[in-house]
Amino acid sequence: MALKLFDSKGVSLDQQRFTWKDMVQAPISKLDDEAFTRVRIILMNGLETEALRFQHLCARMNKELQVPLAKVRRVEQHQQTTVNWLISSDHSPLETTIAYEQVAVEVTAAVARNEPDPYLAQVYRFGLLEDFDHLYRYSALLDRLEGKDANNILQSHTDIIPGRPTVDEHRAPENDLRDHYDRTQATPITKLHATTIMAAEYQTHDFYANIGPMYADPVARQLYAEIASIEEQHVTQYESIIDPRETWLEKWLLHEATEAYNYYSCVEQETNPRIKAVWERFLDYELGHVAYVSELLKKYERRDPAEIIGDTLPDPIPFKSNREFVRQVLNQEVDLRTRGTQFVDKAQEDPASLEYRRHINSEGSPSQTVAAGYQWCPGTELNRKVA
Amino acid sequence: MEKTIEMSTRNRTGIDMSPVDSQTMIDTAEKTPPSSSGDESALAALDSTYIREAEPVGSVPVPGTLKGLAEATLNKLGGRNPEVFIDKLGERLAFERTGTRLYDYLITKCEATNAESKISIDTLKRFRREEAQHFKLVAKTLESLGADPTAQTPGADVSAVASSGVLKVLSDPRTSVPQSLEAILTAELVDNAGWELLSKLAGEMGLSDLETDFRSALAEEAQHVMQIRQWYEQGALAEVGAAS
Repeated sequence: MALKLFDSKGVSLDQQRFTWKDMVQAPISKLDDEAFTRVRIILMNGLETEALRFQHLCARMNKELQVPLAKVRRVEQHQQTTVNWLISSDHSPLETTIAYEQVAVEVTAAVARNEPDPYLAQVYRFGLLEDFDHLYRYSALLDRLEGKDANNILQSHTDIIPGRPTVDEHRAPENDLRDHYDRTQATPITKLHATTIMAAEYQTHDFYANIGPMYADPVARQLYAEIASIEEQHVTQYESIIDPRETWLEKWLLHEATEAYNYYSCVEQETNPRIKAVWERFLDYELGHVAYVSELLKKYERRDPAEIIGDTLPDPIPFKSNREFVRQVLNQEVDLRTRGTQFVDKAQEDPASLEYRRHINSEGSPSQTVAAGYQWCPGTELNRKVA
Repeated sequence: MEKTIEMSTRNRTGIDMSPVDSQTMIDTAEKTPPSSSGDESALAALDSTYIREAEPVGSVPVPGTLKGLAEATLNKLGGRNPEVFIDKLGERLAFERTGTRLYDYLITKCEATNAESKISIDTLKRFRREEAQHFKLVAKTLESLGADPTAQTPGADVSAVASSGVLKVLSDPRTSVPQSLEAILTAELVDNAGWELLSKLAGEMGLSDLETDFRSALAEEAQHVMQIRQWYEQGALAEVGAAS
């Protein structure tokens, strides 16, 4: 059922309260919960951390919004804690990494399939093939470092094969920027998609940047360094598709609407009743934030929020395997590269990227090393190699 | 006895849970060549470069107070390398201190779950007390050598990394008493070997009083291993339905 964004005022901000016990609930089971429950948790953590990041930047630039931002941000902080603490401690950082890449593959694929703007759909497909390759590299690392099978996390929803090779993803910075949507013309779903994927990629970058040094193994330390660098490129790419002419309040409203949209998608598809209750509660909280920011937009900019984001949330993001779509994109677009904001065949790639790549890979490529001769096999490659 | 292991169709990790999806995934992986040639030896080659360039994790602190006794004791070590002994003492000290906390977790878990009566909380409390006493014994030994018992030696650091998973298992509310017993058995087995080594080192260095003290600690630790192992085996046998 379609959800009207402004009909429900959700839970009012002053009623959005937490205790430490509600924030620190029993986590999911790594073994028994559905992979897509974990995907939703990671995605929503990305949205919540983006909410905090954006609201801090907004506060630095807007004195009159500092109090309202501080009030909303306190709730976002506790929502983020509640959501992220659902990941159980028996996930090794590398197993969580596999799950992050499953988010990047399956959510980006769903967005690419549903994005009405053809250029932006291409942007998502381009990024998708790179994250798809990261999944293969990290799966090789998990197998060869910890002796574990990445499919225990993926649950057969996502293929483990090379994508656009990570070694070729390193580009000169100017070739990571894209053209942005037009805030006056773009459909609401285009805006929601852009903030969703930007948030997911940002948290992935920060996660890798923080856990990389927790590894002792030099190959793991190098691989996290390399893939964190690509995630930074992806943040650059996805940030640039958002119209920079949006006002601070307009962006704030879009962030809140994106959170509401994603919690709505989670509520509609969650199979674990205890986790679904978390999504329902936070959907109501986010509708409260949308209502609160809408009033600020009316007060300071005298604008109708529905002009920015419509009044009905689009159909939920489908959380399911996109195997055939990903294979088709891989088959047709693996050789795409970039020249400025445009996608070109690898023969036409901007020489600045080639030069950048020549140097950064000149002492070896961690992503090539880790996956040397690697083909995924159920039960790890030892299952195939040891008679 | 309460069952701690349950069989269900909820476990989703293996390929048998989704045979159709798994088969297409396997077929695709088999027909897709790797993007670079070679095998896992490529990782070893890179690791080797770093191993050759690596510095040690850290050093043993120089004894800060060479008191009379310490000087006399160190003199007795003449020609030996006291830093090795101090490093191993520091390692044991840290291990016993963490071991005390491991027993705190196990006692809490047994009490909270009303664990099966074969596990004696009083015995666990005695083991906990002995771990703490062993910690103090090593601390006093280090002081008698003029070394600082509050410093972290390389051995202490590395052995804490090695046993960090044990702490993670014990402190997880979801792990069962049998799973916790297995984790603590891991710690007790290596602890036992550690005390045996310390006793030999003390004997080798002619520190006979210390050797005697360490051998009594070793005897207590041997009881820990024996008892924990017995509970661990009894629990699994009872759960599997074996006749007691």
